[in-house]
Amino acid sequence: MVAGMVFSLTTPALADNLPEIQRLIKQGQYAQAMEKVDAYLGSRPTDPQGRFLKGVIYSETNRPNEAIVLFTQLSEDYPELPEPYNNLAVLYAQQRQYDKARAALETAIRTHPSYTVAYENLGDVYAKLASQAYDKALQLDNANAATQSKLALIHDLISISGKRSVKPVALASAADPQTKPAPPAEVKPADEPAPPPAKAKTNLAADDVNRAILAWARAWERKNMKAYFGAYASNFRPPKNMSRKAWEAERTQRIAGKSGKITVQIRDLQITGNGDTATAQFRQHYKASGLSSSATKTMTLVRSGNQWLIKEESVN
Amino acid sequence: MPGRKTFILGLGVCLIGLPLIYWLVAPTGEANARQFSQPLTTGAPPPITNLADLPESLSANPETQLLRIFNEIEANRLDEALRLTETLIRQHPNYRLAYLIKGDLLLARARPIDSFGALKNAPADKVADLRAEAIVRLKAYRERPENGFVPRYLLQMRADQRFAVIVDAQRSRLYLYENDVANGGQPRFVADYYVSQGKLGADKYAQGDKKTPIGVYHVTAKLPRKELSNLYGSGAFPINYPNEWDRLQGRGGGGIWLHGTPADTFARPPRASDGCVVLSNQDLDAIAKNLQVGLTPVIISPSIEWLSLGDWAREREELNAAIDAWRRDWESRDTERYLKHYSPRFKDLPAFAAHKKQVNAGKEWIKIGTENLSVFRSPGKDEMAVVTFDQDYRSSNLNNRMKKRQYWRRENGQWKIIYEGNA
Repeated sequence: MVAGMVFSLTTPALADNLPEIQRLIKQGQYAQAMEKVDAYLGSRPTDPQGRFLKGVIYSETNRPNEAIVLFTQLSEDYPELPEPYNNLAVLYAQQRQYDKARAALETAIRTHPSYTVAYENLGDVYAKLASQAYDKALQLDNANAATQSKLALIHDLISISGKRSVKPVALASAADPQTKPAPPAEVKPADEPAPPPAKAKTNLAADDVNRAILAWARAWERKNMKAYFGAYASNFRPPKNMSRKAWEAERTQRIAGKSGKITVQIRDLQITGNGDTATAQFRQHYKASGLSSSATKTMTLVRSGNQWLIKEESVN
Repeated sequence: MPGRKTFILGLGVCLIGLPLIYWLVAPTGEANARQFSQPLTTGAPPPITNLADLPESLSANPETQLLRIFNEIEANRLDEALRLTETLIRQHPNYRLAYLIKGDLLLARARPIDSFGALKNAPADKVADLRAEAIVRLKAYRERPENGFVPRYLLQMRADQRFAVIVDAQRSRLYLYENDVANGGQPRFVADYYVSQGKLGADKYAQGDKKTPIGVYHVTAKLPRKELSNLYGSGAFPINYPNEWDRLQGRGGGGIWLHGTPADTFARPPRASDGCVVLSNQDLDAIAKNLQVGLTPVIISPSIEWLSLGDWAREREELNAAIDAWRRDWESRDTERYLKHYSPRFKDLPAFAAHKKQVNAGKEWIKIGTENLSVFRSPGKDEMAVVTFDQDYRSSNLNNRMKKRQYWRRENGQWKIIYEGNA
C-alpha cells in the first residue's frame, strides 16, 4: 500500500517524448497521452515503446479490441518481449477468454522466466480457469463470474527500457534481427531505474481506481445488478436524498428493467487521489434503445480492502 | 462357507502429489474381507498398474483415462495430469468429475491445495457426490474379481440366455457376464461399468423410498430413446420388480429400470436415482445389444458374493439335485414324498396338499419335463434360489405345458419350495 500518493492534475509539460506520455498515462490523462503518442509515432511508426504505450492507452480507455490488435502485432514483431503478452493476457482476461490469457502468459514466462508480474497474473488466470472448471463440475451457475479480474497491466516496456534513457531507439524493421531490442537476458537489472514490482506498485492506486470505474461501467452494460451495486460503498449517498433501498429499486428498474443493449463508455478519465480517497472525473457516453446521453461525471471513491468503491456520484 | 468371498470394502486410496494432495478415504472394511488384487482372466480389464498395456478400445474408455489422470497425480506429474484431463473434457464436455479435477489441478498452480474439490465455499454435497464417484470408479479398477471366481447368483442359465447382468450396489458397479455354453454354462466375465443407484441406497421396500431393489429380476421391455424424456438418456430397460417373492414380502413400488443419463452430464453420482440403475449413455449402449427382453437376468446384490468355480459347481449340483428329486417324486405319485419338497410356509399348504392328493389319486402315470431350466441364487440374507423352467406335464388323463417359476429356500439345510406359480 502506498500511502499519501498524489496524482496531480498539473498542466503537463508539452515535451514530445516518452516519459511525458508515461506521466500522462499515470495521471489518467489518456486523451492528451494519446495525442502525444500519435505525434510521437508519426515520425517513428514502428517504434515499439510508442506502440506499446498506445496499446496501454487503448487498454485504459476501454478500447480492448484496438489494444489487442496492437499488442498482438507487437508480440509478433518482438516475440521475445514479455510485456505485450502480459497485456494481451490482461485484456483477454477482462473478456473472460481465460484460455487465451493463459496461453499468452505462459508464452511471456517462457520468453522471460523471471517475470514476476506475469507469474502473478498467470496465478490469477489459473485460479479463474479453475473457478470455471468448478462451475462446470458443480453446476454453480457462474457464481464466481461477478468477481473482477485483478490482473496487472504493464505500463512500460521494462525489458528494453535500458535503451530508453539513451534515446528512443530506432527499431525500424521488425524483420531485421540486428535492430531488435536486446534479448531480455542481456538487460542488466542494475540499469533499471525502478524494478518491475515497484514500478507496478506506483501505478497501483490509479490503476485500481480506473479498473473499478471500468468494472462499474461494464456491470451497468451487462445489467449485472449485483456487480453494479457492488461497485458502490455501503455508505454511498444516493442522489436527491433517496434511501439506498429506493435508489437500488430505481436503478434496477432503469438498468435490469430496460430491454435491449446498453453501452456505457468512459472517456477522458482523470483521477486524482490522496491515500484512501480518489476523485474521478470523466465523460460518460450512455446509449440505450431510444436514449443516448453524454455527461461529465464526478465520482468520489474510497478504498475498502483491495477494492475501490463509489461513495459519491454526481453529474456536473 | 469355504471359497466364498467378498470384495474388500475398505481401501484407502491415497493419492499424494505435492502441491496437490488428494485423499480419497473409503469406508471401513469387513473384518473377514480380502482384497482382490489379481486380474481376472481373459476379457477382464487389467489392474490399474498396467494401464499402458491397455488395448486401444479400453484406452479410449473415459474411465480408464480418469485412472490414468489419477496415476499421474499420484506420481506428481501434474502437468501431464492436466493435459490428460483437458483431453478427456474435450472428448466428454459434460464430464463433471473431470472438470472438478481440472479445477483442482489449475488451482494447485495458483496456490497450494489440500483436498479434492478445493474450491472455497464449494457446495459440500456436490463435491461429496463427485468424490464418491471418483472413489468407486478407482476402487473398481484397483480391486478386480479374482481369477477363477464367479458371482454366486449365476448358478444355471438356460442355453438361450446369452448374457446376465449383476449389479453390486455397494460398489456402484454393473458386471456383464456371458453364458459360456461351450464351457458347461460357466459364467464368463465380459465387462463392468459404473452405475448409480437410489438416493437412499438399496433394498427397496415401498413406493417412493428412493431405494434400488435387491433380488433376481429380468429385463421385461426395451424402451428406445425417442419414447423417453431426456432424463433416461439413450434408452431404458424395465425389470420385473416387484417379483413374485417381493409381493409376498409386501414389497411395493415399481418402475425400476436400467437406463441412461441425461445429456447435461456424463454420469450421475453413485446415489442419485429414485431406485433405477443408471448407466452412462455409452455404457448403456454397450450393454443394450446384449440384453434380451423377457430373458436376460438382472440380479441386484447389496455386495456380490463370489464363489470359486468348484464351489459354484457344487452349489449348482445341489440345487439341480433338489429340483430333480422334486420332479421324480411328483412322477412317483407318492404325494407325501412330493409334499416334503414344500416349505411349511408355502402359501395355503394344507389346501395345496389336499388338492394334490386328490389329483394324483386319479392318475395312472405322470411325466414331468423341466426344459429351459434356469437357477439363480437370490442375493440377500435368506438363502433363496429362483428357479424358472418350461414345465411339460403329461399324465394318463391330462397334458399341460406352462412356464413355471419357483422360489426355493434353504431351511434346516434342505432346499424347499416356498412359492411356485406361472412365470
